[in-house]
Amino acid sequence: MQVRNLMERMAVTINPDTQHPDSHVTFRSVQKTYDGSTLIVKDLNLDIRRGEFLTLLGPSGSGKTTCLMMLAGFETPTSGEIRVNAQVVNSVPPHKRNIGMVFQNYALFPHMTVRENLRFPLAIRKLSAAEIDKKVEKALDMVQLGAFGSRYPQQLSGGQQQRIALARALVFDPELILMDEPLGALDKQLREHMQLEIKNIHQQLGVTVVFVTHDQSEALTMSDRIAVFNRGVIQQIDSPTALYEKPENNFVASFIGENNALEGVVESVEGDVCGVKLANGTRVKAAMRNPLSEGGKAMLSVRPECVQLNAQSLGCTNRLGGYVKDIIYLGDHIRVRVELAGRKEITVKAPAAQHKTRFDKGDAIHVGINPEHLLALDPSLGA
Amino acid sequence: MEKDNVMSSLTATILTEMHTENSASLKDQLRRAERMKKLRYGALILPLALFLLLTFVWPIAALLKRSVDNPEIVGAFPVTSSLLHNWNGKALPDEATFVAFADELGKTKGTPPLAAAAKRLNMEQPGFRSVMMHSARAMPPETGTSPKDALIAADSRWGEIATWQFLARNASPYTARYLLASVDRKYDEQGNIVAADEDEAIYVDVLVRTFEMSFVVTVCCLLLGFPLAYMMASQPPKIANVIMIFVLLPFWTSILVRVAAWIVLLQSQGLVNQALMAMGIIHEPLQLVFNRVGVYIAMVHILLPFMILPLYSVMKGISPTYVRAAQSLGCPPLRSFWKVYFPQALPGVGAGGLLVFILCMGYYITPALLGSPKEQMASYFVAFYTNQTINWGMAAALSAILFVATLVLYMVYSKLVGSPDVASKAR
Repeated sequence: MQVRNLMERMAVTINPDTQHPDSHVTFRSVQKTYDGSTLIVKDLNLDIRRGEFLTLLGPSGSGKTTCLMMLAGFETPTSGEIRVNAQVVNSVPPHKRNIGMVFQNYALFPHMTVRENLRFPLAIRKLSAAEIDKKVEKALDMVQLGAFGSRYPQQLSGGQQQRIALARALVFDPELILMDEPLGALDKQLREHMQLEIKNIHQQLGVTVVFVTHDQSEALTMSDRIAVFNRGVIQQIDSPTALYEKPENNFVASFIGENNALEGVVESVEGDVCGVKLANGTRVKAAMRNPLSEGGKAMLSVRPECVQLNAQSLGCTNRLGGYVKDIIYLGDHIRVRVELAGRKEITVKAPAAQHKTRFDKGDAIHVGINPEHLLALDPSLGA
Repeated sequence: MEKDNVMSSLTATILTEMHTENSASLKDQLRRAERMKKLRYGALILPLALFLLLTFVWPIAALLKRSVDNPEIVGAFPVTSSLLHNWNGKALPDEATFVAFADELGKTKGTPPLAAAAKRLNMEQPGFRSVMMHSARAMPPETGTSPKDALIAADSRWGEIATWQFLARNASPYTARYLLASVDRKYDEQGNIVAADEDEAIYVDVLVRTFEMSFVVTVCCLLLGFPLAYMMASQPPKIANVIMIFVLLPFWTSILVRVAAWIVLLQSQGLVNQALMAMGIIHEPLQLVFNRVGVYIAMVHILLPFMILPLYSVMKGISPTYVRAAQSLGCPPLRSFWKVYFPQALPGVGAGGLLVFILCMGYYITPALLGSPKEQMASYFVAFYTNQTINWGMAAALSAILFVATLVLYMVYSKLVGSPDVASKAR
């Protein structure tokens, strides 16, 4: 696991001349600016593996969509190069790239029926009529909308339009599919359903998918790997598990999932573990994720579900005292806000069943965190 | 348990009954509420409706009626007219008709109705006015002479069947004569519809010219306006608004002023010719005004905003992602524009084109001032007949033809664009 992570981290900062053998797409030192002064994308190096589902995740304005548009050919990089199948595509116009794309608002042609929409890319490729019909029907069946071929897009629901857009992007058998926040306009239930459906189709066809979203749960659900963007830079590119459990910096830790952040100063470093003194004077042991030196500042990060309460905290290396500030009962679990000494709050998520003997608001309470769950990060990285 | 069931079924029955009772009264209530609402809206638009009725609907209807109106003969000779109506036209009319005609001719002698009737008949058979006048002078017949003999004595033509057929043809309160004349047709002596004489047959040419010039102006407006509307739609709102002001600028001056300005600019010693000569492009002044070119330039200039505005409003609603989507599907940029963008802009092209075309068909002042006689369109002749010859029938008939042509155009347009299917496509 450790080795793999290291490999992946290396891939981000890989030597520009070497290329991963099964890379489908590579970005090398790509920069993009619109106004000549601010870089929307700063020095992007990215390898997209053949057949993987890669999600570009980040807040709005982080450069993820620009990155996708450069790959699609609608934007040209200000510097650097983009290769698809080892061919530099910087100056290849979008219509010659053979990349399927699903747009945010689907962009189904309103003056054509569903079937005509699907026929469009095939007719341009001058396929025979019989072949076109076969492929169109196959694509319609794949998204389970075979009966809707003669309707106009606006006669379909949002979810159906979404599926047609997907079918249209796939019907001409591209090896690479780009999706620009395709599920943004759907309601929550439909979105979750479509996430699984897209994932299934990806597994069936084995195409490479690059998916842009700002919704982290969507990214976690669907992706093989996620590239987390902030301010034009990839903060971390990793599997969903690794991103959640082993964030590489403060931004990733706080952007993905819920996170408790505690500030402190590094007192000792022993291998992977460091001793940190919190602002309120408490000393804790934490797993070091970024190289830190004694006397430097550290940002400690812990997930709410990794904090133990009262009895469960007995065996933990780090034990802290505090008061219960708030309890929210959510059926299967409870959320407890605990105020530590120094007015620092942390949120704890604990199974409701474990806490039959309830504590009340204002009660003194112990919280315990094991060092492997308490990650010490360099606060200056990823900001 | 048993009791519960009974109770619940009871409640259900009561509820259904209440429901049906309620729904009936609900419908009434709804209808009452809706009626009040309708009345209130009706009252609000009543002033406008009255205004339009008085200034628009009624005058148009009255004018259109004039295109088939034929009151002169019936007005002057009501009894003769009704007798001629039943005449078979094979032989001379019976004695009673002659008696009635002589009587009515005598009664109207020297009065305006006779003059009007004579003028009306003269229009169709030149020289007939004098026939009417001297026949009237011979009336009433001297005692002892039968009216028939007296009439034939006054003018031998009253003894010919053709004369009476001619009179009978015009003795109906309505006639298609004016409408036929405005498409270069007329009744011959036997009452058949034939082509008009060559020196009178100008209206088909005028109508064709009206359509042709309107078509050219519409196409020019479309070719010039489409790129601008497209550019405006693809610019950020700030820039689009500035361009919009320039598009609307021509509306701020009177059309007459603009036409006068074009005369100044385009005349042989005008700015345009001087500039072209100074640049060495031409060596002698081009004839740019008082011909077709001048009319086209001025009309395209005046009508361009009417093309740009509908185009722009439609194009603004077309997301640029459609063209991007087409390109991502492998379609080259120009073809993407043509296959994906243009069909969606078609409602705007249709609306703008129709608007410009219809406005063109009614154009009067620009061709009148900037064109030669060869550029005059149908409206010019409508004005000519109303202002100069006071021939309301012809003016109304030409207007009616224009009106019908416009309506047909509009219907064709709404058939093409207005059908729900296409409208939904355009969305």
